[in-house]
Amino acid sequence: MSDNKKTHPRISWTFDKYTNSEIRRAAETGIYDIRGGGSKRKLPHFDDLLFLGASMSRYPLEGYRETCNTKVTLGTRYAKKPLELDIPITIAGMSFGALSGRAKEALGRGASMAGTSTTTGDGGMTTEERGQSKNLIYQLLPSRYGMNPDDLRKADAIEIVIGQGAKPGGGGMLLGQKISDRVAEMRTLPKGIDQRSACRHPDWTGPDDLKIKILELREITGWKVPIFIKVAGARPYYDTALAVKAGADVVVLDGMQGGTAATQEVFIENVGQPTLACIRPAVDALQDLDQHRKVQLIVSGGIRNGADVAKAMALGADAVSIGSAAMIALGDNDPKWEKDYNKLGTTAGAYDDWHEGQDPAGITTQDPELMKRFDPVAGGRRLSNYLKVMTLEAQTIARASGKNDLHNLEPEDLCALTVESAAMARVPLAGTNWIPGIKNKK
Amino acid sequence: MKLDLKKKKLREINNTLQNLDNKKNDRDFVIINPEGSHALCAGLNQEMKVLIKGHVGYYCGGMNQKAYLTIDGNVGTGVAENMMSGTVHVKGNASQSAGATAHGGLLIIDGDASSRCGISMKGIDIVVKGSVGHMSAFMAQSGTMVVCGDAGEALGDSLYEADIFVKGSVKSLGADCIEKKMEKKHLDKISNLLKKSEIKNIKPDNFKRYGSARKLYNFNIDNVSSY
Repeated sequence: MSDNKKTHPRISWTFDKYTNSEIRRAAETGIYDIRGGGSKRKLPHFDDLLFLGASMSRYPLEGYRETCNTKVTLGTRYAKKPLELDIPITIAGMSFGALSGRAKEALGRGASMAGTSTTTGDGGMTTEERGQSKNLIYQLLPSRYGMNPDDLRKADAIEIVIGQGAKPGGGGMLLGQKISDRVAEMRTLPKGIDQRSACRHPDWTGPDDLKIKILELREITGWKVPIFIKVAGARPYYDTALAVKAGADVVVLDGMQGGTAATQEVFIENVGQPTLACIRPAVDALQDLDQHRKVQLIVSGGIRNGADVAKAMALGADAVSIGSAAMIALGDNDPKWEKDYNKLGTTAGAYDDWHEGQDPAGITTQDPELMKRFDPVAGGRRLSNYLKVMTLEAQTIARASGKNDLHNLEPEDLCALTVESAAMARVPLAGTNWIPGIKNKK
Repeated sequence: MKLDLKKKKLREINNTLQNLDNKKNDRDFVIINPEGSHALCAGLNQEMKVLIKGHVGYYCGGMNQKAYLTIDGNVGTGVAENMMSGTVHVKGNASQSAGATAHGGLLIIDGDASSRCGISMKGIDIVVKGSVGHMSAFMAQSGTMVVCGDAGEALGDSLYEADIFVKGSVKSLGADCIEKKMEKKHLDKISNLLKKSEIKNIKPDNFKRYGSARKLYNFNIDNVSSY
């Protein structure tokens, strides 16, 4: 048979190689796939937006000469001591247990060097992280693992976690192989068992109760520190409005690209909304309540560079938060460990079985030998460098847009490359004045 | 010292108790007119005795450390939540989530406790002279719960290493919670807690012991129907 009578082997779009491998894996093991990270599917994102830059109608600022403010104050609504940060990029909560003590220390070091905050996570506050973090946010999670009033009083802010973008409505699981003596002690559970983190808080059920819970936390901490409420990108308008009603100083909004230490693949990829789709409804809620810029909005979920920072802020965020990107900056998924990744059946850039505790980079592990691979001082420096680069990038864009403060960026500085992103971000499709869903926009 | 919630604000009263005047060294307080106030006596962290005369709202004695707190009335949601040490004694009934996530200390409830009593408890001892509602000791990690009355549905669901003792009936046990053999050390534990709670007319061997079957400690697909 000649070649021109053959057709090229055709892989189904629906049953692609990954899908087929997952069906085979499920059939062999009888258990759903658990992994770390956020959504990996292609989603409408900040890449679908462009800045217009200055032109005849906008006057740019000189790139390296004219100042462009990056400072942000979080918690101005009620707290006696709001959090004052040099840059509007914070480090998201990642637990000791999911991460090694050294990795937590590095996050504290990097954040402090760059003039920003880091956040504890499920499992309590470690001495390494508190010691190295100038500004440390203490999370109050449903599990309350490691929660104690002494640490609460040491915190610079408190973050009540309602949800994570990777798993709105879901709890967490730290598998037994990562439960070392120290992790077990901090969580008051036996060594080696799977530790379930509950999906809802044990002592309040709705925003009316939460308002009282916040009162309790403020009474314990003397009304000094800000209270953040972290919500997943589920129903951003109502979640933000209810967080404000409950008395939040700051709302943290985490879209579905936001990472987790471990949850079901089906959950990560099929529940929640993309970060881009969440920002405008959240800002609407703040504006409708006359609380925009009074209750600060922190956006997280897939922030990778200064352009993402600038775009999130142009859409109305006061600051952003990074988790996955911070881990990569520390050395997660570094190709220098490629041989070790291959032994685990994966490749650098795709490794996400953080829950199994075999991280070649020594970051998401409690294995003493693997942990030695990670130097917290060098890791902290890398994170600090990365944060500074992101800030410089965001400033570059802001100056080119004629702004002397990152917070002066606005939706009018943007256009969209796709109809979907134009609708979500409510900015015009490039080359048009059309914003899908908005009538009579000139 | 008498503290009147009609004359002083919640913040003033909590601040007084959280920052004791060491020169006066007054460690005996009576709070009057609580009128259902929330977060009353939250975050106390020194040895002292506080008597609250009346009913209180949510989170009374929250995160308590060292203080001995008596509430001569009923309490709202989350009394003594996340308590670390000390004693909270409720002379009336308690709403839901009493002693939630608490790491230590003793919570005594003379009346009944509503649902989720001792949820995610992490070391506290809880003695309820009446009955407890559904889902009590849910995901309880450590500590002891003694119930002199009955327990509602799904007692001890998904619990870890906490010990539960119930004198009356149990409507149903939650996932992975089973009745366990009572040994002398358990009888001693009950006896000690009854004594601390000034309960004299009940014998330890009137109780049944419940704990974790430990079948769900590590995920196994064959146990999926248990969840």
